[in-house]
Amino acid sequence: MSDITSQSLFELTSNIKEKKLSSEEITKAFINRAEKSKKLNVYVTDNFEKAIDQSKKFDSNPILDFKLPGIPIAVKDLFCTNGVRTTAGSKILNNFVPAYESTVTQNLWSQGAILLGKLNCDEFAMGSSNETSFFGNVQNPVGENLVPGGSSGGSSAAVAANLTPVTIGTDTGGSIRQPASFTGTVGLKPTYGSCSRYGIVAFASSLDQAGPMTKNVRDCSMLLEVISSFDQKDSTSIDYKRNYYSKELSKDIKGKKIGIPKEYRVDNMPDEIEQLWKNGISYAKDCGAEIIDISLPHTNYALPTYYIVAPAEASSNLARYDGVKYGFRSPGQNLIEMYEKTRSEGFGDEVKRRIMIGTYVLSSGYYDAYYLKAQKVRQLIKKDFDDAFSKVDAILTPSTPSSAFKIGEKTNDPVSMYLNDIFTVPINLAGLPGISIPAGKDKNNYPLGLQVIGKPFDEQNILNISYALEDKINFKNDISDWWLSE
Amino acid sequence: MSIDLKTVKHISKLARISIDDEKASKLKGDLNNIFEFIEKLNELNTDNVQALTSIAETTLKFRKDEIKSENIREKILKNSPEENKDFFVVPKVVE
Repeated sequence: MSDITSQSLFELTSNIKEKKLSSEEITKAFINRAEKSKKLNVYVTDNFEKAIDQSKKFDSNPILDFKLPGIPIAVKDLFCTNGVRTTAGSKILNNFVPAYESTVTQNLWSQGAILLGKLNCDEFAMGSSNETSFFGNVQNPVGENLVPGGSSGGSSAAVAANLTPVTIGTDTGGSIRQPASFTGTVGLKPTYGSCSRYGIVAFASSLDQAGPMTKNVRDCSMLLEVISSFDQKDSTSIDYKRNYYSKELSKDIKGKKIGIPKEYRVDNMPDEIEQLWKNGISYAKDCGAEIIDISLPHTNYALPTYYIVAPAEASSNLARYDGVKYGFRSPGQNLIEMYEKTRSEGFGDEVKRRIMIGTYVLSSGYYDAYYLKAQKVRQLIKKDFDDAFSKVDAILTPSTPSSAFKIGEKTNDPVSMYLNDIFTVPINLAGLPGISIPAGKDKNNYPLGLQVIGKPFDEQNILNISYALEDKINFKNDISDWWLSE
Repeated sequence: MSIDLKTVKHISKLARISIDDEKASKLKGDLNNIFEFIEKLNELNTDNVQALTSIAETTLKFRKDEIKSENIREKILKNSPEENKDFFVVPKVVE
């Protein structure tokens, strides 16, 4: 049997079901590795002691029908966990202990999973490198001083470094798929309305979705099956019949029509990414898929649209952090001064920048010029996809315009940081499902990903295409464990 | 169009985030760069386009307005920034 922490979710659940491994053995193996991996800074809060107790409890009366029987899982620190500190990577929530559980994490525990701890992320999920976290940046296990992507950077690093078998992240403009691409892991953003947003610290409510981050496509299908559910507590949760994603997983994609959008060939894109994309296309052909050239004419307008819509929603969502009922407070002479000092000291620079953008575009006299304009362009972007999906079953693109960059390389230039999400943002704006799978490496040996985009609620199809491609690509991450300490 | 220092200060007031002059001038630069990037949208004529207001085309469901959570009053109050017994405490607002 291979080392416990390097096993996939599928292997671990099989080993538990066949009684070859106990939950306690697995849980302790991950904790032991985490103790030696502090240099990566993936954990904001650990739940190790309680996790061991819960694993023993599971072993004393194992319920093997569960989909995640006794499996320890760490989650992004954006999910509220009852009784366990939830910070969203922010000083303003540094001491916040929720009195309730998010629906998607509750779905994990209801299927037998055990909380290992809370994973680092960009502050309020605003960032593409995990450098905006109040708890410091995360190291990408792929190479020293390399960002793990963001905002789910602690999550992507933890999966790549074998610190959790799988995890869940959130994706507002690429925060699952971009870090997955940077770390050689799989990340899926489901259709808007597939996974409940209840109990997730809100960033931009019309874009936010939770989703699985895993080592491979099969694990991804297993985890999506658990977390996707209709939930009355989220008014935008959609009541539809969900697939048994893992049971219906198939490499047979013969006859599937896959679109290649010409607008995703951007200026200054490294040749390696162009090549990666070509390889992906030829693998899809090998699997019997039909390749069709398509056009998504408003692609170039997606990022500017996103940088109006997301900050506008964020400025409204983050108005609740006022130092009154919970979180950090900075005292003031009067109520207004207390608000202003609390928010000034409690939020980091990127969050303040986005609140300012959002406040401006929603302010009197500018609403029509910016916010309304952006909502109209968003309609055009959605229509591009509607038109494309009348001709194709799925769309194949690169996940990111580059591989992981150095820590500090882009922190002084917000716009260049935002460009990271150029291929992922349109999918959120249109509410579609998208998955990033590792597809190759660049000249530095850093992973690169391909993205498969699907029709609304067609997660099964993009999982199947990814499953077929994964088999052909046969990606190996070859991580050296350079960060381990004794 | 460019955002001047006065506008930055005005937005910070609206957003209830105090900023000093040094930060304001740094923010002015950042915001102008970002808005220059955003202005690209003006290339598009959207006169006859309906704004997208909801990405999930479903009607909102009704449910009964019932209390479902247990009594979590104490847990909620425990998160409040200032020590108190039964209330949230804020600076005096009525003279």
